[in-house]
Amino acid sequence: MNIETRDSPPFRVILLSGDVDLHSSPQARQSILDSLKTGKPLLVDLSGVSYMDSSGVASLVEGYQTARKQGLEFGLAAPAGPAMSVLKLARLDKVFPIHASLEERLARG
Amino acid sequence: MSSPGSLAIEVTDLVTHYGPRMILDHVNFSARQGEIMVVMGGSGSGKSTLLRHLLGLHQPTSGAIKLLGKDITKMNADEMFDLRKNMGVAFQGGALFNSMTVGENVELPLREHTRLDDNTIRIMSRMKLEVVNLAGFEDLMPSELSGGMIKRAALARAIVMDPKLLFFDEPSAGLDPVASAELDELILTLRDAMNMTIVVVTHELESAFKIADSITVLDHGRILMSDKTAAVRASEHPRIRALLDRTPRDDSVDADEYMERLTREIN
Repeated sequence: MNIETRDSPPFRVILLSGDVDLHSSPQARQSILDSLKTGKPLLVDLSGVSYMDSSGVASLVEGYQTARKQGLEFGLAAPAGPAMSVLKLARLDKVFPIHASLEERLARG
Repeated sequence: MSSPGSLAIEVTDLVTHYGPRMILDHVNFSARQGEIMVVMGGSGSGKSTLLRHLLGLHQPTSGAIKLLGKDITKMNADEMFDLRKNMGVAFQGGALFNSMTVGENVELPLREHTRLDDNTIRIMSRMKLEVVNLAGFEDLMPSELSGGMIKRAALARAIVMDPKLLFFDEPSAGLDPVASAELDELILTLRDAMNMTIVVVTHELESAFKIADSITVLDHGRILMSDKTAAVRASEHPRIRALLDRTPRDDSVDADEYMERLTREIN
């Protein structure tokens, strides 16, 4: 798994890629929670994720709940393949704000 | 990770005994990644024994059992421990720990096998309780659940680590038809969503035909047939027909064998 963070005002953006699994999801979780400490709305781009298991999705859930408590926007961009399957299995595709792509959300400002 | 369509389970010439009694007699079968394989057979056919061997709970007399490409009959305890992270099991009676809540039961594999944060573990186990329609039941004790709920809780625990292999012993046993049908749907959903290879041991025909991609029919420890569901349904083999048409067995009696069984070790 690779994590890249960048600022795209007003958003903080995290780009996850590769396999987000039991071994790597703690890093993703930490990155998400750290990013939310900046007080900026957060977008997590999943377009490069080849595999995501339930521990990865649980990290997204915790991040989303933390953002909600702080009144911050939290969105997922371009979840696909296995990541989307796990989200759908737990009906979380109906819970998370999901954007077709990062660019699409950023373009709306 | 196994590539789609590769063999996830490969059993070759498996022979097992309980004492002097042969239970499985040169059993061969395989299941591909993402396939639902139903192992069917009457009581005493050896299907539960086969399941216990697939789980690595017994050492066979001879033969090989490859799971995800590795022969478990040649593994040491550490290697087996690692492989078990990729295996989920839902036992017939649930096998939940009665002294623990439903939530603690479902969390147990994560606490045993991972060092994930507590929050992650709780969310993961609650997600799986959502999947099996037991949302909000995490604080109940197993004794407070119905039979169908216990089976679903056991399934939630079995899938909490997103295993590549899921073993399910008699999912329908003891359930009413509606609860049984719901469990079948759940098994299909899990396979579709997570591409799990699922082995279901059952003697429920309706359930077997609904969920199976392939069916292995065991009889007296031998494989009568292991093929696609439609081929098994169309089989003309008399023992398979007897199982499918629910006709009582009409075993011929071998006088010599019978006498030997009755008088063995008697002088």
